[in-house]
This record gives sequence, C-alpha cells and structure tokens, in this order.
Amino acid sequence: MKRTGAEVFIECLYNEKVEVIFGFPGGAVLQIYDELFGSEIKHILTRHEQAAAHAADAYARSTGKTGVCLVTSGPGATNTVTGIATAYMDSIPMVVFTGQVPTPMIGNDAFQEADIVGITRPVTKHNYLVKDVDDLPRVLKEAFYIASTGRPGPVVVDLPKDIMSAKTDRPYPNKVQLKGYNPTYSGHLGQIKKVAQEIVKAKRPVLYTGGGVIISGCHKELLKLAELTRIPVTNTLLGLGGFPGTNPLFLGMLGMHGTWYANNAITDSDLIIAIGARFDDRVTGKISEFAPHAKIIHIDIDPSSISKNVKVDLPIVGDAKNVLAELNKELKQLKAPPQTRDWLTKIEQWKKEHPLKYNKKSGKIKPQFVVEELYRITKGEAIITTEVGQNQMWAAQFYKFANPRSFLSSGGLGTIGYGFPAAIGAQMGNPDRVVIDIAGDGSFQMNLQELITVVQYRLPVKVAILNNRFLGMVRQWQQLFFNKRYSSTCIHCAPDFVKLAEAFGAVGLRAEKPEEVAPVIEQALNTNKPVVMDFRVDPEENVAPMVPAGGALKDMILV
Amino acid sequence: MRHSISVLVENQFGVLARIAGLFSGRGFNIDSLSVGETIDPDVSRMTIVVRGDDRILEQVMKQLNKLINVIRVVDLSKEEHVGRELVLVKVVANQRDRAEILSITDIFRGKIVDVGPETYTIEITGDENKIKALINLLVPFGIKEIARTGRVCMGRGSKSIKV
Ligand SMILES: Cc1ncc(C[n+]2csc(CCOP(=O)(O)OP(=O)(O)O)c2C)c(N)n1
Repeated sequence: MKRTGAEVFIECLYNEKVEVIFGFPGGAVLQIYDELFGSEIKHILTRHEQAAAHAADAYARSTGKTGVCLVTSGPGATNTVTGIATAYMDSIPMVVFTGQVPTPMIGNDAFQEADIVGITRPVTKHNYLVKDVDDLPRVLKEAFYIASTGRPGPVVVDLPKDIMSAKTDRPYPNKVQLKGYNPTYSGHLGQIKKVAQEIVKAKRPVLYTGGGVIISGCHKELLKLAELTRIPVTNTLLGLGGFPGTNPLFLGMLGMHGTWYANNAITDSDLIIAIGARFDDRVTGKISEFAPHAKIIHIDIDPSSISKNVKVDLPIVGDAKNVLAELNKELKQLKAPPQTRDWLTKIEQWKKEHPLKYNKKSGKIKPQFVVEELYRITKGEAIITTEVGQNQMWAAQFYKFANPRSFLSSGGLGTIGYGFPAAIGAQMGNPDRVVIDIAGDGSFQMNLQELITVVQYRLPVKVAILNNRFLGMVRQWQQLFFNKRYSSTCIHCAPDFVKLAEAFGAVGLRAEKPEEVAPVIEQALNTNKPVVMDFRVDPEENVAPMVPAGGALKDMILV
Repeated sequence: MRHSISVLVENQFGVLARIAGLFSGRGFNIDSLSVGETIDPDVSRMTIVVRGDDRILEQVMKQLNKLINVIRVVDLSKEEHVGRELVLVKVVANQRDRAEILSITDIFRGKIVDVGPETYTIEITGDENKIKALINLLVPFGIKEIARTGRVCMGRGSKSIKV
C-alpha cells in the first residue's frame, strides 16, 4: 500500500513499540507532527532540543528501551548535538530524527539547513540521510536495530521534507541485512574456561564492573559470580546500581573520587576481572601504575574496547550476560573453595581505616548529608539523575543503589545540564518511581527552562539543588591547583530557586539548617507535584578523597 | 612501521568521510588512501597505508571494523603481498635532455604518455622503492608536477579477500 514518508514514520514507531518521543517542532517536520497529532504516540514537548535528547537518553537508561527524539532541521538539529554526544560516550540506545530541507535544496545553504549527518558523524554509532522514500522503511528499521544491539549507541536519521510527503509502497521490513555489522554475543568457551581457572587460582581478585553490566542486564549473574567466588566488587560511575550498594562485598566506586579501599584493592590485586568497563582515564589514573601486579581479564561486547588503554591478558568478546552465565556454570563445576578470606579481611580493615567521611558537626548543611538523607528516606529505591561536578560525585559516593537502571549520569562526556531533562525521561519511563535530580546550582541553570515541561505534563520530578553558590568542582580545582583564584566560578548572583519554581507552577522548598533537610525531603516526596529543593550547603566543601589528575590510584589524597 | 590495510566497504555516499573522520578524530596517520569499485558495484575496496606500532594498528583495525559500512578489514602487511602505485610525473625535457630521460624511463619500464614543447609526462607503476629511485633520477631535470594514486595491494597466491 502506498503511504507517505510521514505515515511510514508513524508506522515505524508502532512497529518498534515506541510509546513516547521527546521533541520540538519546526518547519521541516510539519508533516510528521501532523501525523503525530492523530496518533497514539505520546509526544513530550521539551523547551529546548538538548533537553529532548537528554530526556530520550534517560528514558533509555532507565527502561532499557530505545529512546526517541524528533526535532526540526538546522538549529533544531544542532541543538541536539550535546545530547547525542552524551549518549554516544555512555553507549545509550537512542534514535534521533532530524528534519532536513527538501532534497533538491540540500547543499544550497537553504534556510535552516545544517549538514547534521556530517556534524554528528563522530558522535553517533551510525547515521543516515534519507534521499529516496523507497529507502525509508529499511533505514528506519536499521536505525532502531543498530541503536539497540551490540554496544548500543545513538543513531541519527535525517529526514528531508519532500521525502516525508513522497509516497512509497515498500513495506516496513521485519529483518535487517547488514553486511558489515554482526555483533558477537556469546563468549568463546575456551576463553571462559581459562578465566575460571584464573579465578580459582587468584588470591587477591577484584571485579571491576561498568555500564556494560547495566546495559546487558547481568546484575543477577554478577551477584551470583561475586557470592560464589567471594570476590569483592567495585563499580565505575556508570556501573553503579549493577551491584547492591549495601552488599558487604561492595567496595563502592573506584577512580578519581572513588573510595580509598577500592583503589587500594585495585593496586594490590593479582587479578582484575573487568566486565563492561572501558578503563577510562578517570578510573585508571596514571595508566602505567594501574593494577601493576594483576593479570587482567576483560569481558566486553566491543572488541575495540579491549586493549585500548590497558593491555589485557585474557579477553572475552561477548554479551556479559551470556559470558557470566557460562562462567558461573564453569566455576560451579570446578567446585574450588574461594581463597579470598585473607584478602577480604584486609579490605575490611581498609574500609574501617578510611571510610568515606565528612564533618558531621559543622552546624552547616553538608552536601554529603543531603545525599545521605535522600538515601535514607528513599531507602535506596529512587531513580537518581545527576548533573556533573561535586553533586555527581557525592551522589555516587553516598547514595547506595539497590537496583540497576537507577543512577543516570553523564559519565563519558560529563555534561552539566543533563540531570534535569534526564529526570523527565526517567519519570516518563517509570511513572511509579520516585525520580530525583541531584543537582548543582550551576548545572541546574543550564536547562532550568524544563521546569515548565514537568509542570505541563504533571511529572512529579524532584530536584535537589546542592546550592553552594559556586561552580563547585571547578572551584575545587582552582582551590587545590590554582592558588584559590576563583576565576569565573563564583555564582553568588543567582535566582531565588524557590520563587523560580513557583513562577513555573512547581513547588519550591528551602533548607538552611541541617535539621531542615529531612523535613524538606519528606515534604517534597509527599506531594505529587514537581518540586525544587534549595539546600543551602557549605559553599567550600570539597569532594574527597581524590586522585590528582595524572596521579596513580595509590597516590590518593585523603583530606 | 607502515601497514597496508585492505578494506571492503559498502559503496555508499559518506563512507569515505566516515573513514577519513575516524583517522583524524583518533589521531591515526594515513600515508595514502586509494579507493575504487570491486567486481560487485555495491562494494568498494580501499587500500589504506598507515603508520604506527602494533597497539595503534590493532586499534585502527578494530575501529574500522566498528563502522557499520565496513565489511572486511585485512592487514596485508602480515602476509605475502604485492603492492603497486601508479605515478604521473611531468618533467622538464629540453632538447638536449630528451634522450636521457627517455632511456631512464625505459629502464624503469615507464611510459611517456604526453609530450609537450618543453615537457614529458611519464607514467610509472611499481613499488615504493622503484618509484622513489625514478623520481630521484628525474629531480635534476626539474619536476613540474607529480600525481600519485597511493598504494594498492593484494595478497599473493590463491587466497582472496571477499565479502
Ligand atoms: C556543558 C559543560 N560545561 C562546563 C563543564 C565544566 N564543569 C564541570 S563541573 C562544573 C561545575 C558545575 O557547577 P554546579 O552545577 O554548581 O555543581 P557543583 O560542582 O557545585 O556540585 C563545570 C562548570 C561541564 N562539565 N559541562
């Protein structure tokens, strides 16, 4: 049957079981918006295209489904670039549809023309410009397939206006055929057997796990592996939630602002088992001194991650869920008793020696205390989004995550302004869960226009601003490495966040003393309206401990 | 070390940009790149000459493989192979030098493909050493222009790189 491009687009959304898309209209996507008008697809109108992209990203992170975003050509498309790059760095399945000028005008510097395929090439897993409506059904199918399989990532599909009104009778395919794309899902059995042998031999092993655990959904297999072998687990920032935060085998996060004991464990380890993690520089510190005594096993779906930064002794390419299931089977057959008792005793001592801590008797609201209270009151069950900077690190350190897909944070790109629009996407995907953006006062101002979006769609998102009146993390570096010269990081000139929230029709609450923190949180959680909480925290509190840039993990400064 | 990599790609617009962008974005050095259709018009073959140690090369191969439009990647430097380049050289050819240039061209099994009042254009095919040697001999006459295709390679014997 002949349908227009715009009709094929809607057909695609139904076929791919898309329930909600995030977007912002304009001239080049009028036909699509007209089709959406009568459809059952929910469309969330954000107030900036960057926010639409972040919301789609967080929808994906929190549900495991592919996030979808729709914007117009030119500025609409370029506004999504930060959101696309954010999703790319963190391997998030997302499809971004951009309008484009009509095909005969492409290349003529037409009104609102931007070469978005060229612009996004380095920050997408793949991208398409559709030049013939007969290609459209296949391209749409491929876009969703590529975004969500293998190592996931964002795909951009650029849709010229004339293609949306042109007609085709090509059916929407139910299979894709891609000569050059065939991800490996099951790990090599021989390699898995070797890994099992290494594990039973190891005296000081550590499981170092990242976002891949969340993506592949292998948290149960990971828990089983850790408990079977009694191997302690440390998470990367994106790995948080992949292992229960309260489990005695948990070491917290590793790396620059990780725990002292996690970093110690890595440095002393004789076997690192990396799962869905990519040895990022914020994790490894000085690479030549990373885990100097350890054999390194790396399980990852992306072969290019293996031996990119750190030389790997035993690689396994595959989906972590399949690999861990096989590995657990293998280990059970070996029936070798765990040998990690001394190792765990040592780690227990380290935990006691230098736990994460802050001054609890200052009389001021400490930002860490706010996060601890959020944790206590939500019992670790909330979905937490963060901005970037100190707020992000304190959230990672002090909120103990019980579940995967509950910590949504821009890890690779480190995008401030991510957390609040992300909360919109997370709430859309999880209407029954509490969603809290742990924010900094600086970051929140980067996408605060989205307050009207949460009000319009009655999303009960909560924002907890750790208001230190600084671009705190940058200030911390200026304090430590630039002699306290606070160049452009003091943001005392700030809006009244309570009044601001009220102006948008949301609820604004403020806490100025430690004893006000819990009541403010309780009050926020007891309303089903969106709430902005302004916590006036100690302005010059620092994130500790810390590995100085370029330093080795063992050189962590405790302060 | 220099490596010659053969890459089979889907013959679609934008593929060259993806590959060029990959090299520039990740800081890999390309010495030369040549591309042309294979017997299957949907598939093109590229030969990319890159410089780097084993670690860099491993990343180059993996990153190329990661591109959706890339079908196969083979490092031909790891096996017996032939490599050739075609070069056009426009060299100053005065009456008194013409005979000598001709005989040099002959010795290198090149061809004069164009003759002007003051120039010869020489076509030469060969491996790197041969081309370098010829160019060195021509420099004293005055080279006005040079155009090179970049290296193309193929493994020796009956093995072949297929989709
Ligand atoms: C888009 C963007 N611009 C700049 C930065 C650099 N940056 C990193 S952390 C940070 C401070 C953010 O300040 P605030 O939101 O108040 O958070 P705090 O560190 O005080 O918790 C900045 C500016 C960034 N990460 N992203």
